[in-house]
Amino acid sequence: MTDEELRRLILELICEIAPEADPAIARDQDDLRETFDLDSMDFANLVVAIHKRTNIDIPEADYNKLFTLKSAVAYLLAKAKA
Amino acid sequence: MPALGADMEAGTLVEWCVKLGDHVKSGDVIAVVETQKGAIEVEIFADGVVSNILVPVGERVPVGTVLARIGGAGAAEATSAAETLAVAARTPPSPARAAPEFRRAQPSAAPQASRLKVTPVARRRAAAFRLDLAGIRGSGVEGAIRLADVEAAASKASTAPPAVKRGLDLSEMRKAIAAAMSRSKREIPHYYLSETVDLHAALAWLERFNAEKEPIDRVLPAVLFLKAAALALREQPKLNGFYENGTFAAAEAVHVGWAVALRGGGLIAPAILNADKKSLAELMSSMRDLVERARRGGLRGSELMSPTVTVTNVGDRGAETVTGVIYPPQVALVGFGRVVMRPWVVDERIESRPIVSISLAADHRVTDGHLGGLYLAAVARLLQEPERL
Repeated sequence: MTDEELRRLILELICEIAPEADPAIARDQDDLRETFDLDSMDFANLVVAIHKRTNIDIPEADYNKLFTLKSAVAYLLAKAKA
Repeated sequence: MPALGADMEAGTLVEWCVKLGDHVKSGDVIAVVETQKGAIEVEIFADGVVSNILVPVGERVPVGTVLARIGGAGAAEATSAAETLAVAARTPPSPARAAPEFRRAQPSAAPQASRLKVTPVARRRAAAFRLDLAGIRGSGVEGAIRLADVEAAASKASTAPPAVKRGLDLSEMRKAIAAAMSRSKREIPHYYLSETVDLHAALAWLERFNAEKEPIDRVLPAVLFLKAAALALREQPKLNGFYENGTFAAAEAVHVGWAVALRGGGLIAPAILNADKKSLAELMSSMRDLVERARRGGLRGSELMSPTVTVTNVGDRGAETVTGVIYPPQVALVGFGRVVMRPWVVDERIESRPIVSISLAADHRVTDGHLGGLYLAAVARLLQEPERL
């Protein structure tokens, strides 16, 4: 997947979890949890959804690498290539 | 119409999930009602056959109104679905709840309409269509409006029964919260206690527990809080039950009302049944399901009627401490603040440890601070032994 595809996928999955989320307001450096008012259950569900769609293993210790769009895309790209 | 909350007065029937002649069994969802807390699925708690549907879609009726009747298999007499539901619902504790204005007075509710001659069935159908009876010409005796007149008017206006509004109205939910919390503060002499607890052992254990699991099977720290809070209630049953009509009655099971914040505002605390007996995996699954349905719709009436205590967890983006307001007629609310890293004395050395503030709001009519303190100590102790949760 490309950077842009991953970015779109993450936002698409966030919108499934939080239907009222407006993906247009997402900025790369912002904390997704703050931007979209995601609580710990939402975030756990986001990890589940990303794992399901990409089959990328995401250990719990790495959850903080998914907090922003930029870091999440970078992390998932690196894991996909590994 | 079941009472789906401490101060619910009425609800609007928005969907029948059964029809005349359908066989139903205990636990089936038979209808959906719109309340201040959103659309709630209403279950039946008896087996039988639907013999009469009394409230049409779109009609708003007071709590206690019979919605439908079911006949037991082979039984001569029909059973009221609402009466059956009422058995499961707790009796509203406040005398104000039995106010006579909530009796089935809908036909005479509008003074202007009451002067018209209208057959009962026509009046109900007009309400379902949201039609003004004053604008309908009656073809019955002395100009009485009959069902056919209402249907003709509806047809002329090209109004199929309007899609009754479903989904959450946050301003209505705010009113419900205001009513319940005002009553709580008015009637319940709260006392508050808190305990600061080191979560090092619990979180280290949880990290190992989750390490080899797929994301879907991982458990959140909130689940440990829930289980510890529920187990500790076994030690202090006076915090688990209801205060009604001047008397406390301990609940036989621990059904935790888990407070779920809704996006955009609002709060609802549906029950996680038998939380003290469920495994961590089961609790995680229940919590995930409940949070999703609380936010998307699909909560069941029984889930709103059955909590025996409330637990709130503000999560990792919440405040450091939370001091709750008891949801009547319950007698306690347990709050977990945000987990924070703080200096903590361990073996006479200062270490950085994950800390959580646990609070208890309890009803002084039932317990006192000594018992409350024992409860919080039990929660703290259980969190030091996470493998036993």
